[in-house]
Amino acid sequence: MAASEEASRPFAGLSDVSIAEDIPVEGDISVPVGPSRRDDEFSTLDEPVKDTIMRDLRAVGNKFIHVLYPKRSSALLRDWDLWGPLLLCVTLALLLQGGAADHEDQGGPQFAEVFVIVWFGSIIITLNSKLLGGTISFFQSLCVLGYCIMPLTVAMVVCRIVLVISSGRVVFAVRLAVVTASFGWSTFASTAFLADSQPPNRKALVVYPVFLFYFVIAWMILTYSPQQ
Amino acid sequence: MSSGSGSRNTEPWGSFDDNLIQGGGSAVIDMENMDDTSGSSFEDMGEMHQRMKEEEEVAAEAAATEDDVADDGEFLGMKGLKGQLGRQVADEVWQAGKRQASKAFNLYANIDILRPYFDVEPVQVRNRLIESLIPVRMINFPQKIAGELYGPLMLVFTLVAILLHGMKTSGTVIREGTLMGTAIGTCFGYWLGVSAFIYFLAYLVNAQITMLQMLSLLGYGLFGPCIVLLVTYNIHFHFLFYGLWLLLGGLSTLRMVAALLSRTVGQTPRLLLCGTLGLLHMLFLLYLHFNYHTIVEGLLDSLEGHNMAPMQRVARDVPEVMLNATARNPGMLLKVVS
Repeated sequence: MAASEEASRPFAGLSDVSIAEDIPVEGDISVPVGPSRRDDEFSTLDEPVKDTIMRDLRAVGNKFIHVLYPKRSSALLRDWDLWGPLLLCVTLALLLQGGAADHEDQGGPQFAEVFVIVWFGSIIITLNSKLLGGTISFFQSLCVLGYCIMPLTVAMVVCRIVLVISSGRVVFAVRLAVVTASFGWSTFASTAFLADSQPPNRKALVVYPVFLFYFVIAWMILTYSPQQ
Repeated sequence: MSSGSGSRNTEPWGSFDDNLIQGGGSAVIDMENMDDTSGSSFEDMGEMHQRMKEEEEVAAEAAATEDDVADDGEFLGMKGLKGQLGRQVADEVWQAGKRQASKAFNLYANIDILRPYFDVEPVQVRNRLIESLIPVRMINFPQKIAGELYGPLMLVFTLVAILLHGMKTSGTVIREGTLMGTAIGTCFGYWLGVSAFIYFLAYLVNAQITMLQMLSLLGYGLFGPCIVLLVTYNIHFHFLFYGLWLLLGGLSTLRMVAALLSRTVGQTPRLLLCGTLGLLHMLFLLYLHFNYHTIVEGLLDSLEGHNMAPMQRVARDVPEVMLNATARNPGMLLKVVS
């Protein structure tokens, strides 16, 4: 007891420096330590994996439906995600592969080409719409443009199926009709979502790059010819 | 050792003893406790609060059990202290890093720098497109050149799309490269490269033109070639191409040349600048047409037989001029002419 007091005496004087015990200190010191625990009740860490996957799949499917029936809604914009665009881009790139004259030389670049066109095209269109004064965010725009590739992917599937059956003038006319229709659908769907975010007199300036983008993709689909 | 723990709960902010005795290894902890005089530093307040909380918990545990939990309590206190300090340090480092990164990002990757150049109305773009084919004869007074980038950028992308179309329909096969890469490289390379080159020449001869204006001028000057290529990639009629080349290519070149003339003083500088631009622009259109053209037999061999570039264009050996499906009927007449 005495030894402990002896030990603490050299430091006794220092013990009262910061806060004197007779002056009451009140207030709220909030300590910014560690992650906030606000969303414990919303924590999705404990749910089964199936729930997580199904929730994401349902969100993606919901957005596909919105693209199929484009109305002026904000569903695509509110909860954006890039799963759908990735899926569509990979599907399109795989389907377009091997359609060149010398396919053994161009099998690889074909896939990369489609990827680069889709993603860099979307980025450029997004930057353009932001520079023209759009109120949409970067990833929302990427999300919309990616999801609106869906009609073109469907057209690609149809074209491939039709080409397996036969090839000729009639088939070309059918393919042309299908690709043109899906290209128009894609452009219309994406402008239904994107146009609202622009000042009203500049809609044409935003729509043109979107038109060009889907035109290039539609052109790639139309000129796809399977290997002999 | 255990005696030091007894005095731990007497001071509200914690004592030195246990930390001095046991915390000899970590300089951070030592430093943290050494200068604890002001109590006004943020970390110290947080430290105090946290340690008080932890000590209360530990004290409650110690009261509940009968073991010698003093050591455990101290150990927990030490670990809690280290862990909490580590978290705070990490948090501070993260915040500082994030601030630095966002400052750098806002400085260099700020697209708002480009925003004034995209401030156009559709009517203005349409007017400028039409005006790019109408040369203005006033060369004694500097002509007004719009400094915008939307129109030129869209025109370059349109040219890329048209080139792709031309490459596909002509059956061009590109080895060690991709169609898209070639098209983008050609168009952007021309736009940016020739603009920079002419700007450099203009700087040498002291012409009154800025880089932005040069980019804008050359970009809008691509409108004529776009139309020419769109038409002639589908209808392969040589005289048609030559006529359009002279007409539309010539008009757009004249417009650019007149704008540059109006901003240059002196005969030789004018000749140099405008001659270079005119030559490059006309030759570019010629190059684009003939490069991705359905090959008449023997033509490609005579032009490129001996110098095989790494990026080879392989000619399709066709015995006659081929036309698209769109123009097949008039083509029968044209076959004789060509």
